[in-house]
Amino acid sequence: MSDLEDKLYTVKYTSDTVSHLEPVQECCRICKSKICTIVCPAGVYEWDENTRKLIVNYENCLECGACRIVCETQSLGWQYPKGTKGVMFKQG
Amino acid sequence: MKRGKDDIENAYNIGAKKENKTRVIVAGGGPAGISCAVTIARAGKEVVLIERGKFCGSKNVFGGAIYTQPTREIFPDFEQSAPLERKNIEHKYALLGEDDATVISYKNQKGGSYTVIRSKFDRWMAEQAKKEGVILVEETVVKDLILENGCVKGVRTELEDYYADIVVLADGVNSLLAKQTGLRGDLKCEDIALSVKEVIKLPPEIINERFHVKQDEGCVYEIFGGPMLGLLGLGFLYTNKNSVSIGLGITLSELVKHGLRPYDLLDKLKEHPQIAPLIKDGERIEYSAHLIPEGGYKKIPALYGAGVMVCGDAAMFVNNMHWEGTNLAMISGKLAGETAVIAIGREDFSAQSLSRYQELLEESFIIKDLRTYKDLMGSIEARVTEFLGYYPKKINSFFEMFTSVDSIPKRQKYHKFIKSFFTDRKISEIFKDGWSAIKLLWSILVK
Repeated sequence: MSDLEDKLYTVKYTSDTVSHLEPVQECCRICKSKICTIVCPAGVYEWDENTRKLIVNYENCLECGACRIVCETQSLGWQYPKGTKGVMFKQG
Repeated sequence: MKRGKDDIENAYNIGAKKENKTRVIVAGGGPAGISCAVTIARAGKEVVLIERGKFCGSKNVFGGAIYTQPTREIFPDFEQSAPLERKNIEHKYALLGEDDATVISYKNQKGGSYTVIRSKFDRWMAEQAKKEGVILVEETVVKDLILENGCVKGVRTELEDYYADIVVLADGVNSLLAKQTGLRGDLKCEDIALSVKEVIKLPPEIINERFHVKQDEGCVYEIFGGPMLGLLGLGFLYTNKNSVSIGLGITLSELVKHGLRPYDLLDKLKEHPQIAPLIKDGERIEYSAHLIPEGGYKKIPALYGAGVMVCGDAAMFVNNMHWEGTNLAMISGKLAGETAVIAIGREDFSAQSLSRYQELLEESFIIKDLRTYKDLMGSIEARVTEFLGYYPKKINSFFEMFTSVDSIPKRQKYHKFIKSFFTDRKISEIFKDGWSAIKLLWSILVK
């Protein structure tokens, strides 16, 4: 996955205990492209073929909103993290 | 800055109005929201600006540069006290082939824009706005709008409900609030670009040397091709005081169509022979990503309703031909602010009253420029492999041919080059390219 981990390491986050991103797992199972796992610039989404579940590493979210728009079934529950949580860009 | 409930309660106490009500709430503390709020405060009206980040700028990303003249319209003396990086005195347009490049450069000492760091600049703007009377509330998400009989009457945050005569939506490209009012529909993949960016630290002297600028002067690179040959995407490179911002934007529809990971494209761009030496030995200090509105004029949402107006990226105000977004944000925010002040004077917050905002926008460069380029994205997308793939490569091949010294007679080389157009492509396709270009030029210059 390129050096994505190193890239994300440079980003300051305040993680919440709950995810601000809520996929509908039933829709993820029928989704053919799993496009969110490719397009997300932070690699938040991973498809686990064994458990047939979409894993959401919401702590890495850069809050761009791409996933919401590309979601094949348009089922992704997307909102901003709470005001005190999420990414904080020092450069932007 | 204390957050949340205390701030908002203070806001309403200062106003001494009935509980939880103010004149204007602005959702979003970016360039659009701050410009709107400060315009209203300057007219002596009460305005509350709500920002979801820890401070204004902490959740904002751009290339990028702010433009001098429009910024002066909001903060006339910003050049004296704002945290600015470098004054851009050179624009370079780079057409990258697979591993070669043709670069055109325009240099002018006068400049016309400055690179800034959003976490510093937006924060500075917000501080100025506070000094002028804007009530700033940070670390608070506006989750919903409060609607009564189709009129926007206030906002619901994570904490409580707050009421206002007018709510201005300056909540960025994703604007969930604009969608709630019905002013905007769902965003489509072809109308939005995803941008990924790295800020790479370099000593100022190295930046000066590599970009041939003096201290405090900067250079902007607009990059076509390279890893984006044949794709609807562009790269950028900006110089900051002691770092370089490098990134690219590509429409979501392209990423989806080709199954591309945006950071893979960024890595390839960084490795290109034209780009790599510019960032050599730099230290990556931040990675970021953001969406950019690309839909242009045809995708502008409804801009006002009863008790509500939309400005900045939330209104899809980005001129992607010229990389202008911050100026459209600032000026549209200002025009929304002016409209709000007049509406308050009349105590009339109906859609009819706020329609003045649209009139002001249409008289300004904002709608005029977006209309000028209304066919740009459609035309390029229809022939993207040609306009952003084949022709940039051909321009590079031309210079490769022209600069080669290999004992082959020149005329022979010219004839071979011209012939290659007709062997590469069908004549009908060449005509279609030409016709498409003429139509686009016509739509930009005439109508």
